[in-house]
Amino acid sequence: MSDTRRTGLVFFPAFDWAISPTHPEREERLLYTQDQVFEEGLLDFENITEYKPGLATLDDVNRVHICVPEAARVATESHLISAGGAITAADKVLSGEVDNAFALVRPPGHHAMRVVHGARGFCNINIEAIMVEYIRKKFGRLKIAIVDTDCHHGDGTQDIFWHDPDTLFISVHQDGRTLYPGTGFPKETGGPNARGTTVNIPLPPGTSEEGFLFTLDNLILPILDEFKPDIIINSAGQDNHYSDPITNMNFTARGYAILNDRLRPHIAVLEGGYSVETALPYINVGIILAMAGIDYGYVKEPDYDPQKLKQDNDVTAYIERLIPGLHDQWKQQESLKARTLTVGSQEKRERSIYYDTDNIHEEQIETVRICEDCGGLLTIDSMASTGNRIFAVIVPGGGCPLCRKEGEGMFEATKSGSIYRYVYFQDTDRDTFITR
Amino acid sequence: MILGIDVGGTHTDAVLLDGRKVVKKVKVLTNPEDLGSSLLEVTRELLEAVSPGEVTRAVLSTTISTNAIVQNKVSPVGMILANGPGIPPSLLAIDENSQFVSGYMSHRGIPVTPVNGREVEEVAGKLQIKGIEQVGIVSKFSSRNPRLELDIEKAAGSRFRHVSLGHRMSGNLNYPRRIATTFLNAATWEIFRQFVDVINAFMDSFEEKFPIYILKADGGTLEINQSVKYPAQTILSGPAASIMGILSLSDCGEDAIALDIGGTTTDIALFADGVPLLEPQGVTIEKHKTLIRGLRTKPIGVGGDSAVRYEQGSFVIGPERLGPAAAFGGPGPTPTDAIIVLGLAATGDRKKAEETLKPLAERAGLSLEAAAEEIFNGACRLISAAVSEMIEAVNNKPVYTIHELLEGRILKPKILHVVGGPAEAMAPRIGEILDCTVSIPPNAEVANAIGAALSRTTTELTVLADTEKQTLTFVEEGIQIPISSTFSREEARELCLDHLKKRALSFGAREEDLEMEITEDQSFNMIRGFTMTGRNIRIKAQVKPGLMADFGKGGPG
Repeated sequence: MSDTRRTGLVFFPAFDWAISPTHPEREERLLYTQDQVFEEGLLDFENITEYKPGLATLDDVNRVHICVPEAARVATESHLISAGGAITAADKVLSGEVDNAFALVRPPGHHAMRVVHGARGFCNINIEAIMVEYIRKKFGRLKIAIVDTDCHHGDGTQDIFWHDPDTLFISVHQDGRTLYPGTGFPKETGGPNARGTTVNIPLPPGTSEEGFLFTLDNLILPILDEFKPDIIINSAGQDNHYSDPITNMNFTARGYAILNDRLRPHIAVLEGGYSVETALPYINVGIILAMAGIDYGYVKEPDYDPQKLKQDNDVTAYIERLIPGLHDQWKQQESLKARTLTVGSQEKRERSIYYDTDNIHEEQIETVRICEDCGGLLTIDSMASTGNRIFAVIVPGGGCPLCRKEGEGMFEATKSGSIYRYVYFQDTDRDTFITR
Repeated sequence: MILGIDVGGTHTDAVLLDGRKVVKKVKVLTNPEDLGSSLLEVTRELLEAVSPGEVTRAVLSTTISTNAIVQNKVSPVGMILANGPGIPPSLLAIDENSQFVSGYMSHRGIPVTPVNGREVEEVAGKLQIKGIEQVGIVSKFSSRNPRLELDIEKAAGSRFRHVSLGHRMSGNLNYPRRIATTFLNAATWEIFRQFVDVINAFMDSFEEKFPIYILKADGGTLEINQSVKYPAQTILSGPAASIMGILSLSDCGEDAIALDIGGTTTDIALFADGVPLLEPQGVTIEKHKTLIRGLRTKPIGVGGDSAVRYEQGSFVIGPERLGPAAAFGGPGPTPTDAIIVLGLAATGDRKKAEETLKPLAERAGLSLEAAAEEIFNGACRLISAAVSEMIEAVNNKPVYTIHELLEGRILKPKILHVVGGPAEAMAPRIGEILDCTVSIPPNAEVANAIGAALSRTTTELTVLADTEKQTLTFVEEGIQIPISSTFSREEARELCLDHLKKRALSFGAREEDLEMEITEDQSFNMIRGFTMTGRNIRIKAQVKPGLMADFGKGGPG
């Protein structure tokens, strides 16, 4: 077993936490995964080490999010442990204690956007984004790629890194025309200062192992080769599985294992996946074995039937047309950047955001300063159906002196009270977070 | 009166106890070729001081199974394994006699693929032709549902003299460990059975009988004729005997550290509220990671006779032992020599100790005293660091609920019990470093035999209830019964404790010693599509390792 890797596992099933008594994000969710991982004896392998999750701090949350009214009201202990688990995984990898690590934690986070008025898509805070900014705070401004393989578009993670040219966000998911959250189309390629570093790959319902691995080999891996990230993160949702109750894909445990074997993520973080009994136990065993470089060829679901899961020809044809097109689009990113606006000018994005889990509507206007030296100064004017209207001034990580100076000025000039209930100032590099 | 006998690797120690009072102690060299003879020798000697009619019980701690495994004198075992998908068979096979058959049990204990009787018969036939007489049968998730193992046994069992079934070994999950445990059980069955026959024959020579118990790795005892079914449980009972001995000699009722400082190694054990900690999964012997319940011990390569060198500006202590201390005619400097030079012990030849340390002191540019001090401190620091590491590992063990993560119990020992040769000299310094009160129990040289004598019978039981399937499983007993869909967690707890009690009594426990506790207590609502379809209840209970009722803390001293 010469190609085994040292793999860290942060396992935190939160057996005493659920969103509500019969919600899918429930105590039982990782129960059978625990059983399978224990029964297979994975924790006895010399190259697999289990770690207890740390607790993320509110500072870790405030480095990424604008929580309304404040982080402590949005992020409960369970969320801080989940984010803390991801941070522990990152720490073990970046300190060199292990070669890669898997944070098998819940609750998930990839639908949580930068501004948080409540929970959406079962997520309150974005555990990967918090981990990414923690990594940069502690280990320097690394180039990071996040490959989101959850069946749902990782709209929260996309939103947070939309303007960040140093973070490549690739989401492969079931086509948004057929599934929550209804976004993640190829034309969504990132903000004006980070054009091209968001890549969306909507796959048709019925995509099987064949289609996912075709996408991996012909699009995701080539893009990663060109972007040359320091760290690759797999946002490892497991709801592309053929048995998942709320999606329509045909991916398998074996497929997830092959994907992780080829992708070679430094860190994998569990996201969604609610086929708790017939998918998760096998997928997670597959991912752990693949990450650790142990033979996963015998991993399969008890009812696995390759004939039944064979991909339809029209699905194959669709994917084989889609992928080359997306690769071309990626390669044109430089010219896309050249077409952007004049430095110093502003670009606006207006959106309505729905928080399905908490039934909150948000209207948001986001303004970014066009900048050649950083992700650009960001301001957000956000009004939620809770009655909270807020204004946030955000100096991005790696922010340039000009954007910072302008941001500090804007924060000075904006008063809370009359229009805005709260005004926030976030300076990621300096770890400054002020609420007024 | 009670007989306690520990057949160790070097010595066989035996005590005759009247209450807690040591009436007689005997120490003889163990005959490694014939452990039975050493045992009978000390027993005869003890019985000179008492008539068998006055003996209420005898407890043996023996290395018979351990030695058989370490010296590879075990029987060949055929393993019939229903593995199903998962980790590859190459990582599960014990040796060329491991045979894989079809049959798959899911994590919920639902049979996915049944056993193929003809295939099993074929495999069994092959093993039989090879002359194999002992088999182990293990299916994946047999600790969820024993069905497949029972079916395989039915198809093949009659061809063999002994069959060990995986689910009888432990209620815990871990297929590779269950395979190893079942293998060891079948492999040591013959040699252990013969040993028990010798003892039973010896007992037959007395008119008046008394019950005999065997000490297990978890510091609990098992009636000797019951133990024949579970020989693997008796491996590594030696360290357990020492720990139980410290417990019996020290009246320990709180968090504590126990050190047994030997010549080559120091063994560390920990107590939580006076109860010795168990290995989280099971003991490891040779290359075998098992599910055998065992007391948690950590050996480190520092002892009184550890070789001391001076390398790159500092003293290096251990891990090897080249012989006894120079003061006792050994080849070179050891911590014991440093202790003698410092005047902390008045044994051995002080002159030889000084002579052996002198060149080291010169190279280090220190006075003899200062060098001895540094070596002594170094040994104490190494031991203390290992203790701290072990406590940290216990306190950092992964937990799976928010409650435990935020409010989990933290082990904070404030008492240090030390036995072994250099105990008197080293204990005060180690206590200082660890900020602990130090206690050196009396009669420490026979602590192991006393520990064996006074330990209670232990066992554990796992109960799984699935109200959707309407099935309840007593895992280690291999029994399933139907339950109603409204079966509750409280009922499961009650049933578990009730059966645990019966199980312990059948293993030879006394009613008054049954200190039972529930160690795992979980109930999960099973949600399928926003509806609750049942409950998955998991209860585990144990008779805690500890001393018999009259001898524990608070008993008559």
